[in-house]
Amino acid sequence: MREITYRQALNEALAEELERDPNVFLMGEEVAEYQGAYKVSQGLLQRFGPRRIIDTPISENGFAGLGVGAAMVGLRPIIEFMTFSFSLVAFDQVVNNAPNMFTMSGGQFNIPITFRGPNGPAHQLGATHSHATENFYASVPGLKVCAPATPRDAKGLLKTAVRDNNPVLVLEAELLYSSKGMVEPPDEELLIPLGKADVKREGSDVSIICYAQTVPLALKVAAQLEEEDISAEIVDLRSIKPLDEKAIFDSVTKTHRAVIVEQDHPFCGVGAEVCYRIQKNIFDALDAPIMRVSQEDVPMPYNERLEKAVLPNPDKLIAAVKQVCYA
Amino acid sequence: MQRGEQRDEVEMLSLMLLIRRFEERASQQYQAQKVGGFCHLYIGQEAVVAGAVAAVRDDDYVITAYRDHAHALARGTSANACMAELFGKETGCSRGLGGSMHFFDRKNHMYGGHAIVAAHVPLAVGMAFAIKYRGEDRVTLCFFGDGAINQGAFHEALNLAALYKLPIIFICENNLFAMGTSVKRSTSLKQIVDRAEGYDIPGEVVDGMNFREVREKIAEVADSIRKEPHPAFLEARTYRYRGHSMSDPASYRTKEELEKYRLDDPITRLRAQLTREEKLTNEQFDQLDKQAKETVLAAVKFAGESPQPPLERLYDYTYADGAKP
Ligand SMILES: Cc1ncc(C[n+]2csc(CCOP(=O)(O)OP(=O)(O)O)c2C)c(N)n1
Ligand SMILES: [Mg+2]
Repeated sequence: MREITYRQALNEALAEELERDPNVFLMGEEVAEYQGAYKVSQGLLQRFGPRRIIDTPISENGFAGLGVGAAMVGLRPIIEFMTFSFSLVAFDQVVNNAPNMFTMSGGQFNIPITFRGPNGPAHQLGATHSHATENFYASVPGLKVCAPATPRDAKGLLKTAVRDNNPVLVLEAELLYSSKGMVEPPDEELLIPLGKADVKREGSDVSIICYAQTVPLALKVAAQLEEEDISAEIVDLRSIKPLDEKAIFDSVTKTHRAVIVEQDHPFCGVGAEVCYRIQKNIFDALDAPIMRVSQEDVPMPYNERLEKAVLPNPDKLIAAVKQVCYA
Repeated sequence: MQRGEQRDEVEMLSLMLLIRRFEERASQQYQAQKVGGFCHLYIGQEAVVAGAVAAVRDDDYVITAYRDHAHALARGTSANACMAELFGKETGCSRGLGGSMHFFDRKNHMYGGHAIVAAHVPLAVGMAFAIKYRGEDRVTLCFFGDGAINQGAFHEALNLAALYKLPIIFICENNLFAMGTSVKRSTSLKQIVDRAEGYDIPGEVVDGMNFREVREKIAEVADSIRKEPHPAFLEARTYRYRGHSMSDPASYRTKEELEKYRLDDPITRLRAQLTREEKLTNEQFDQLDKQAKETVLAAVKFAGESPQPPLERLYDYTYADGAKP
């Protein structure tokens, strides 16, 4: 193992998959000559050439659809959205074409495509550039959605996504691109299955269920709670869809208390689904109602103080944990 | 490629008859409530798809919008599989999961059947991208209506195709109307083909009621694309005799206009050409028509007797790996 950044981990995943399979190509705005808006594709043009690392005009609907069409005839496109906020311009391709084709064709055309890019609020980008899209996309049958929080998970999940025979969205965490973590060396194949959560910290009093940018938040809060003798278990979902019910149920069965901290909005958010499944399947294991911490239900304000007020933060999470622990 | 040979043309005439008779039966079966949802008929436009497929190879890619029965039949999908799809049956070309607007046939290189106006134009560009990526000499034929040319997806797709020099023929089936909206009321251009100019894509107008003209033009363009990949645009001027879909009485146009086009019928035209050239007798024509009617009638029987898609398989066609998240 060695320590690399989340960005490097993604870059390695792309390079390894491009190397492994000649049908894989990377396409998106500024992915080639500019080396990636967030430098995730740094060096790939030099290594793989313009046939496989392809700059596009600002045409999300067009190049997302191009990817789906290429996938219909056997290529394995990786389509980068500069951010998933811009994927909304390609919503029709991501929601109507990619996931429906397999069903509509009676199983003749599966779409092995990866849509990837940063997702979720960053710093003061305002309402149009701060979307957390995981709950919209996870609600669509036929799509798979993952949202890695660590360099290791980012690399392993992206590689798995590229090999999956379905459309997979890899929602990268913009605020975590420079974060570091231990990852296997490049000569050791690292594949992390979709639909498998990971317990990032063991605990006995409460399960904090989180993903992507809320994982470091939850870990930080867990350390603080430890000082108050509350032992929090951190369950990182990693994949939103398929959802690892078993890992959630195992943890909550042990702790009897659950808080979900998510980066999307509360109404129909990821936490709503998790919450429903817990109460439906292990109602008797619960010692307290489940709490959710999410964004506030407003378009993201630009103002820094207001933005902070909208986002999940340690105070909100600690308050929710204390409430379920009756502490 | 064989151009203008007698056998081909008679075969293509019988394809056009098959399409016409298929659509008439589809309409009748729709009225009998054997067919659900939306159903859009191609009657009047047969020369466009017939001319186009007559000019290209069987392994070239074909993709179109929701008025797609004819494109599947032209590609070689059986009338049985097409009718069964309309009936929503397991034996349909999309296993009864697609319906009238979503005909797919991988084996015959028919890539749908797409019901969001213009959303398939980027897909077609992606298919052409794959052709070039692999260094093949195939061509993608992308059909769409006059209503598609004002959508963003269409414009983005044309720009990408031109930018990357992809092997694709954009074929606009201009039947003068998008539902009830005439081209005059939807489009700021004098003629649709001028859209291509904005992307530096060579464009031409063809008489879409004339099988031979369509075939010649597509053959010429396809030849040029196979030599050196590039996009091309064809506006085929045509007319649909029926309403937009089954529920549309088409009161936005006059009887006279319809009659004018009916007199210019693509089947009658090709028949007359072949008869004049002594390549077809009246008896032979009647025989072809009889065959088409019988094929379609048999398809109705086949569809009626086919099984429903099994309920137990409801979740089998959502993920390629059978995942049930
Ligand atoms: C994005 C979208 N908007 C609206 C519709 C509804 N709609 C279906 S067909 C159609 C008219 C399209 O006309 P045209 O492209 O000329 O094709 P034609 O029906 O003449 O073959 C409309 C508005 C749709 N299917 N998709
Ligand atoms: Mg039209």
